[in-house]
Amino acid sequence: MAITEANVRHIAKLANLALADAEVTRMTGELGVIVGYIEQLQAVDTAGVEPIAQVTGLVNVVRADVPRDMLPRGRVLGNAPKADEVAFLVPKAVDRS
Amino acid sequence: MSSAVSIAAAVNAGTSARVAVEAALAAAKADTLNAVIRVLDQRALAAADAVDRRVKAGEHLPLAGVPVAVKDNLCVDGVAATCCSRILTGFTAPYTATAVARLEAAGAVMVAGTNMDEFAMGSSNENSAYGPVRNPHDPTRIPGGSSGGSAAAVAAGIAPLALGSDTGGSIRQPAALCGCVGLKPTYGMVSRYGLIAFGSSLDQIGPLARDVRDAALCLDAMAGGDDHDSTAATRTHVPLAPQLTGDARAALKGLRVGYVAAHVDGLQPAVATRLEAAKSALTAAGATLVPVTMPHERFAIAVYYIIATGEASSNLSRFDGVRFGHRAKDPQTLGDLYARSRAEGFGTEVKRRIMLGTYVLSSGYYDAYYKKAQQVRRKICDDYAAVFAQCDVLLGPTSPTTAFTAGEKTADPLTMYLSDIFTIATNLAGVPAISIPFGTDAKGLPIGLQLQAAQWGEPVLLRAAAGLEALAKTG
Repeated sequence: MAITEANVRHIAKLANLALADAEVTRMTGELGVIVGYIEQLQAVDTAGVEPIAQVTGLVNVVRADVPRDMLPRGRVLGNAPKADEVAFLVPKAVDRS
Repeated sequence: MSSAVSIAAAVNAGTSARVAVEAALAAAKADTLNAVIRVLDQRALAAADAVDRRVKAGEHLPLAGVPVAVKDNLCVDGVAATCCSRILTGFTAPYTATAVARLEAAGAVMVAGTNMDEFAMGSSNENSAYGPVRNPHDPTRIPGGSSGGSAAAVAAGIAPLALGSDTGGSIRQPAALCGCVGLKPTYGMVSRYGLIAFGSSLDQIGPLARDVRDAALCLDAMAGGDDHDSTAATRTHVPLAPQLTGDARAALKGLRVGYVAAHVDGLQPAVATRLEAAKSALTAAGATLVPVTMPHERFAIAVYYIIATGEASSNLSRFDGVRFGHRAKDPQTLGDLYARSRAEGFGTEVKRRIMLGTYVLSSGYYDAYYKKAQQVRRKICDDYAAVFAQCDVLLGPTSPTTAFTAGEKTADPLTMYLSDIFTIATNLAGVPAISIPFGTDAKGLPIGLQLQAAQWGEPVLLRAAAGLEALAKTG
């Protein structure tokens, strides 16, 4: 599968990365080489092989749904680039004007 | 710098924890390798005094007063944690990772934060916002990665123990290249609460140490279930360090040691020579060599760069400039804030892997890449199961070469990825593995050999490793 600049721009949008034009060009070449390498998997016969996501045999781990060990709000908000006493602050997401 | 075992023995016998801790802090400040990015001065001295009080009150602490260096992707309450990334600039951990908390409960003292490849993505420690780390054996060479700072800190004698994380070899490869012991435990043996995630089906925390016994002591303190991490196994951990006393070579008698003949293809000759020397020495010590095959191992890197990047693209979506770390100036919209904060905050390799991971998970490509990789991953797991039906441990090289020179592979990402050829399958199968120093090349650069075992096979793995370590000392 050849990787094009259009592919790269689309993926960058999905990944929330504002890439500069030069980065798009470089990434197109680099991802093309890497994707070319991983294409070798197509040669492996995996008919009837169940995909594996967890290798130690764990199944759903459940616990009682009770609150515990909450971090102090001030310490959490203290790491934010912009916050007030109760919330993280970001630019307006919906413009109703 | 003495071993962790001897420091703990001295502190439990009444020597102040300050002796070893102050020496480690001084060494961390004098670091010329860029292994240390943060010295935990006041916190460490206060912790040393607390250890002294506990010992005086009659407690026996398995890691009393042992200085430990911590990779920068582990949270320590009140201390910065950045994954050596610009995107975590200004982040202070609001809680302590379970692995670190358990070491502290056992008397260990965190003395320094160590350099790493950004978000643990790299094999040379050249992808760090803090700059590259130098190899203690030759400063023109790389220390390996991604736990390069931790490996260099142990090899340079800054601390007897350091914590690393291993997603595809990030503990073992730098251990091999720096000449120390690096242990990746079975997936789920150590809680990852407080470890900043990279590839969640692969990541595991483990020690870098001067010898096998110190590594075992460190793992003993960390292992076990954790209410904060549902992937941490709840099985009972039987302490490993006490099993490593006496003549280490005795454990090799009757041990079935597997090896893959094809592993010598493409090895640097000095590495191949040392591997053959290890095989001869093991045979002489009474072990039985068992030739085995791993038919799907050669696909491990391709599988890894689909699964690890897919998981990383998901895990790293939390870094968006809202709750912590870097935010772009004057964002116009929320989307603009996300996209520019991330583009400015992440380095080149991290962006490359997020892009690859997003691509393999994207609509229309998922089946061809991600699902296919999960199927081949199962075949690799099956290869391991077949191998460990025939032998107790699997011996091989940790890295195909000794430490390469700085800049040698940075221009070509794929060549860099291929330097992890022997360590990646381990993580895909969740099995434990350890790298043991086994001599040097003609330039005096360390060579590491890797032993692997079946899941939860740490007892036999570490006994075999201690035996191999003893053989290394005698030639």
